[in-house]
Amino acid sequence: MISHDVIVVGGGLAGLRAAIEASKYADTAIISRVHPLRSHTGAAQGGINAALANVEANRDDNWEKHAYDTIKGSDFLADQDAVEVLTKEAPERIIEMEHWGCPFSRTEDGKIAQRPFGGAGYPRTCYAADKTGHYLLVTAYEQALKRKLKVYEEWFVVSLIVNRDIVNGVVAYDILTGDLEVFKAKAVILATGGAGWTYAKSTNSMINTGSGMAMAYRVGVALKDMEFVQFHPTALYPTCVLITEGARGEGGYLVNSLGERFMQTYAPKAMELAPRDIVSRSIQKEIDAGRGVKDHYVHLDIRHLGRQKILSTLPGIRDISMDFAEIDPIQKPIPVQPAQHYTMGGIDCNAKCETKLKGLYAAGECACISVHGANRLGGNSLLDTVVFGKIAGEHAGVYAKGITDAEANETLMQDALEAQEKRVQQLVQGSGDEDPSILREQMRNLMVDKVFLFRDKEGLEEAGAKIREFKNRFRQLRSIIGSKICNLDLIRAIELGEMLDLSEVIISSAMKREESRGSHVRLDFPKRDDSNFLKHTLAYGSRDGPRIEFSDVKITRYQPEERKY
Amino acid sequence: MDMKPHYDTFQVQTKPGMTVLDALFQVLEEQDRALAFRYSCRSAVCGSCAAFINGRQRLACKTQVSKLGSEITVGPLPHIPVIKDLVVDLQPFFRRMEMVKPYLEAREQYPAKEFIQSPKDREAIDVAIDCIDCMACFSACPSSWTDPSYPGPAAFVKAARFIADTRDTAENERLSFVGCEDGVWRCHTIFNCAEACPKSIDPPNFIQYLKRKAAVARL
Repeated sequence: MISHDVIVVGGGLAGLRAAIEASKYADTAIISRVHPLRSHTGAAQGGINAALANVEANRDDNWEKHAYDTIKGSDFLADQDAVEVLTKEAPERIIEMEHWGCPFSRTEDGKIAQRPFGGAGYPRTCYAADKTGHYLLVTAYEQALKRKLKVYEEWFVVSLIVNRDIVNGVVAYDILTGDLEVFKAKAVILATGGAGWTYAKSTNSMINTGSGMAMAYRVGVALKDMEFVQFHPTALYPTCVLITEGARGEGGYLVNSLGERFMQTYAPKAMELAPRDIVSRSIQKEIDAGRGVKDHYVHLDIRHLGRQKILSTLPGIRDISMDFAEIDPIQKPIPVQPAQHYTMGGIDCNAKCETKLKGLYAAGECACISVHGANRLGGNSLLDTVVFGKIAGEHAGVYAKGITDAEANETLMQDALEAQEKRVQQLVQGSGDEDPSILREQMRNLMVDKVFLFRDKEGLEEAGAKIREFKNRFRQLRSIIGSKICNLDLIRAIELGEMLDLSEVIISSAMKREESRGSHVRLDFPKRDDSNFLKHTLAYGSRDGPRIEFSDVKITRYQPEERKY
Repeated sequence: MDMKPHYDTFQVQTKPGMTVLDALFQVLEEQDRALAFRYSCRSAVCGSCAAFINGRQRLACKTQVSKLGSEITVGPLPHIPVIKDLVVDLQPFFRRMEMVKPYLEAREQYPAKEFIQSPKDREAIDVAIDCIDCMACFSACPSSWTDPSYPGPAAFVKAARFIADTRDTAENERLSFVGCEDGVWRCHTIFNCAEACPKSIDPPNFIQYLKRKAAVARL
C-alpha cells in the first residue's frame, strides 16, 4: 500500500496546478495514466482569457465584463458566484504562469498579447502563438519538477475507495507492470479531463474517456449538466484535429460551397466570432441545406491574412493542415466541420471544488462547478484549469493537513483491492463473444447520429434504448487478454464500460431537458424555457440507470435575457 | 511473453488519410490484442507515439501510410530500453532532461504584473519551445547512446530556451552543466537529431548557440 495525504488523479494543467498548491500544505502525489506532458491540455491552441487590458482595443475591459460575457455565453446556466471567482482570479493566475516561464506572445510594449475570441466583448484571450495549451502544460510541468513533486506516471486509477461518505484513497493499475495497488489518501482531487471520446467525431485526445467522471458517478456523486456537450465549429475534415478559434479571431472567414460568408445569416453582428454553439449549428445548417463543400464540410479561409501573419500567429494551424489534410492554408482554404470538443458537464462540485463526498474534489474539465453552463466560451477552459486547479489544491491540502487521526481501515483497503482484482479477472475470463472494439465504434457513432448538434425526443429515446442494449452486450464481452505489461486490451475495455455509463448519462440528461439552451438544442422544444429549466441537471447512478434531479442556478447580478450576437 | 526480439507481419486494410497510428489500432483490434504502443493526442502535439518507421524516427500519428509504400516496418525507438513492442522506457530521456535545470529561474522578485519582454526578445525562444519531448532526437543521437551523462539534444534545446529567455537568471549555472566535459562539446554535429525531429526544431542550431555561450563564459 502506498500512502500520501493528497492524491491528484490526472497530470494535465488542472492536476499539475492542483498538486503544486496542495503540496504547500500536505504530502501530495499525482497519479496519471500518461506522462503529464502527454495530457490533453497540450492540444489547446487559441488561448486563455483574462481582462488584462493590455491592448488599445480593450483598455476599459474588466473582470465584470468578462463575467458578463461568460454568463451570457453560458446561456445563463453558469453559477454566477463561481464565474465571479473565475474572472476575478484570472489575471493573477495568468501572470503567475508568465512568471513561471510561459512564453506568451507579446504586445509591442512587451506585455502579454491578447486576441479576440468568440462571444467576448473585447480582445481578452491571452495567447502564445496558437500553441497556448502546450506551452502552459510544459510550464506547469517544469514547475512541478522544480518542486520535486511525486508523479506516478502511467498508472491508471480504476476506483475510488470510500468509507461512509469519506474518501480514503484510490485503487490504481500500473500500466507498465499490470499490478494493482492501493493508494491511501486523506483527500483525492479528480482532474481527469473530459469525456470527448464518447463521440466518433471529436477533437479530443484518445485518452479523454471521462474516467474520473465515471468513477465519481459509481460511488454516488452526481454528474451535473452532462447534456451540455460543446461542438467546436472548426475541426479539420475528416480527422477532426482541432483548428483553433484563434484562426477566426485573427480574421478568418467561414465560407460555404457558393463562396458566401454564411455567418451573415445567423449572427450578422458577431459573424465568425459568435459563440461556438451558434457557429457550429450554422455550419451544420449550411451542410444540411446542401451548401456544404462535397456535402461534408465548409471552408475556413485565412488566405487574406497573408503569409507573414499566418506564420507568426497561426503556425501550428498551418502545420496541422499540411500534415493531416495536405493543404497549405496560405494557398488554400481549410476544410472544417463541427465535432465534439468539450464536456461542459461533469462531477458536481461547488466553487471550492468540493463534492458531496468528504475529501473528494474535482477540477478542470471533469468538474462541473459550473462556470461554463450551457456553452463554454473559447479561452475559458485553460483558465478554468488554473483557477480551480489552485482552489482545489488549496482546499484539499488544508483539509488533509487538518486530519491527524486518520486510521487506515485495513479491511476496507483490502476489499477495495480485491474488488478490482476480481473485476480484472472477470474481464480476462470473458463472458460471451462481444467484441469491445465493435461496441466502442457503435457507441461513438450512435452519439454522433442521435446526440449531436440537433436532438429530439424520438432520437434520444432510440439512443437510450441502444445504449441499454450496448450495456447488456458489454456484460457479454469476449475474453480480454491477460498479459501484464502494457495491456491495452484491458485498459480499453475498462474505459469502454465507463464511457457507456457516461453516454447513458448524457442521453438521459438530454431527454429530461425539454428546452433549447446553449449547446443543447431540442428540435421539439426550440425555445429556452427559464420557468422550467433554469436549473442544473443532476444525474445519480441507480440500478435502473441514471436518476435525474434538478438544482437551482446561482444568480447574483445578471438576470437571464435573450442571447443575441 | 516472447522475450526474443522479432518482427511480426500484419496485413492492414488501408483507407484515405490513414496514419501509421491508425494502422496500429487496426492491428490491435483485429489481429494482435497484445500489441503495445503509446498514444494520446493523435495530432502531433503530445509526443507519445514516436517510433522507428521505415528506418527513421517519426510520430506514428502524423505519418501517412500512403507515403510509405506497401511494406512498412515499425519498431520501437532505437537505443532506448524496450518495455514491450513499441513502448520504451521514458526514464533515461527525462532523467537527462533534469540535468539542465529545466525550469525558469526568475530574474528578480516577481513584478506585480507580467515581466516585460519585447516581441523581439520573445522571438529569441521561438522554435525551441515547440519541443514535445517525443524522444526522437534522443534516439537518433550517437553521443546520447554511448554516454549516460550526456544530456542529449532535447535537453540542450531546453537549456538554450531558458538561457535565451530574458526572464531567466540561471545562465551561468546552466552553462556549467552544458559546457562541462560531458556537455555540448561531445556533440559530433552529425545532424541526426535535426533529421529526426518531427517539429523541425533543429537542435544543432541551439547546440551551436550553447557552444558559443560556453566558450565566451570561459574567457
